[in-house]
Amino acid sequence: MRKAWWKILSVLLLVYTFTVGLMANVPRLPQLQETIRNLYFHVCMWFAMMILFIISVVHAILFLRNNKLKHDICSRQYAVIGIIFGILGYSTGAIWMSYTWADPNNPAYASFSTIARDPKLIGAAIALLIYFAYLVLRDSITDMDKKARISAVYNIFAFAFLFPTIWILPRLLPSLHPGQEGNPALNTNDVDSRMRMVFYPAILGWTLLGVWITTLKIRINLLKEKMLIYE
Amino acid sequence: MVQSLKIIYALFNKDLLLEIRQQYTFYGILLYIGSTIFVLFMAVEVPESDIWNGLFWVIQLFISINAVAKSFLQENRGRMLYYYSIAGPAQFMLAKLFFNSLLMLVMSVLSLGLFSLFLGNPVEKLGAFIGLVLLGGWSLSLVFTFLAAIAAKAQQNAAIMAILGFPLIIPQLLLLMRLSKAAFNNMMTIPVETVLLLIALDAMVIVLSVILFPFLWKD
Repeated sequence: MRKAWWKILSVLLLVYTFTVGLMANVPRLPQLQETIRNLYFHVCMWFAMMILFIISVVHAILFLRNNKLKHDICSRQYAVIGIIFGILGYSTGAIWMSYTWADPNNPAYASFSTIARDPKLIGAAIALLIYFAYLVLRDSITDMDKKARISAVYNIFAFAFLFPTIWILPRLLPSLHPGQEGNPALNTNDVDSRMRMVFYPAILGWTLLGVWITTLKIRINLLKEKMLIYE
Repeated sequence: MVQSLKIIYALFNKDLLLEIRQQYTFYGILLYIGSTIFVLFMAVEVPESDIWNGLFWVIQLFISINAVAKSFLQENRGRMLYYYSIAGPAQFMLAKLFFNSLLMLVMSVLSLGLFSLFLGNPVEKLGAFIGLVLLGGWSLSLVFTFLAAIAAKAQQNAAIMAILGFPLIIPQLLLLMRLSKAAFNNMMTIPVETVLLLIALDAMVIVLSVILFPFLWKD
């Protein structure tokens, strides 16, 4: 029970996000209307993805420092769950975009090629491609130790590129996506105070959920590799 | 310090000598450039400046993969053991980075020449564009040198280099294409901070390669 408090917190926060987030009053902006509620889901996915990828790269660095296979397993699992959150972020964004950006007379997929050119979307797509490449690289090596070492190296190298891609590049190029200057969503002028009451707990709740899923996967994998790790 | 510079120079010199003695690889890449551009010449005749720009950088990307891929793949296990006894990982990596940069700078200039010969030359600020081509070739060679090291250690062919490298190189290519667009038009100025950002990224790649290569090097 002592160790489970954050799991309970995660569930409570997500219940709060879904109930209050969907029922509470929100400012109705001309373009956004009710779709603004997607903030509690779409933006939180990216926060959770970024945090999971950071944990993954930290484990990669730890692996190179002390060569424990446990860190390799953690690094991989955090990357996988990060990818899932990235895909969810992409799809919630696609739903949001089809109500706000897309031409109402055209189906959303017809305008996709123009919309996907947006720098923020390019950054997100690159992030996912990098981690898919990471998984391909891992699976292409059979030797356990070598696999762990090489993929940790690639993880760190790729993360160093991910950072400018997501945080610098979109600020240099014109974009439809909000958050052109400063940090999107963290800026206190961007988000209405009523919404911030739900938004920050939602970020925490989704991130904790991601970590929870990952710890379960890590435990399964540790059991699978038990023979190799403890002997 | 002087000692390690000497080692770097010796390793660099070895790669250069190999390249001069086994000229088939150099001519192989040259032929690759020539035939790709000739295929483009057949396919598109004289393209508009935007398409010219896109084609040029995509061809640069493929040239760089082909030129750089062999730098680590050619080193067999025995030879790596020998290097291990005479040089440190950072020196070995730096020598490779220097050599591949030089190779790619030469290839970039040659492909620019062939491109303007076959596909016309929409560039208005030629000096600035040559500078950009050199910067771009250098950036590409640095990133792919490190990925070649990873691919060689994973005992894979050049295909995995492309898979690993394309997502990483997209931001730099995007910036380069935008910069080149400015070189195509006399009315537009080339933004200095973007050039500086590219140089900063290159510096980051060099530092990361030197830090991370020791972990790949030991077996």
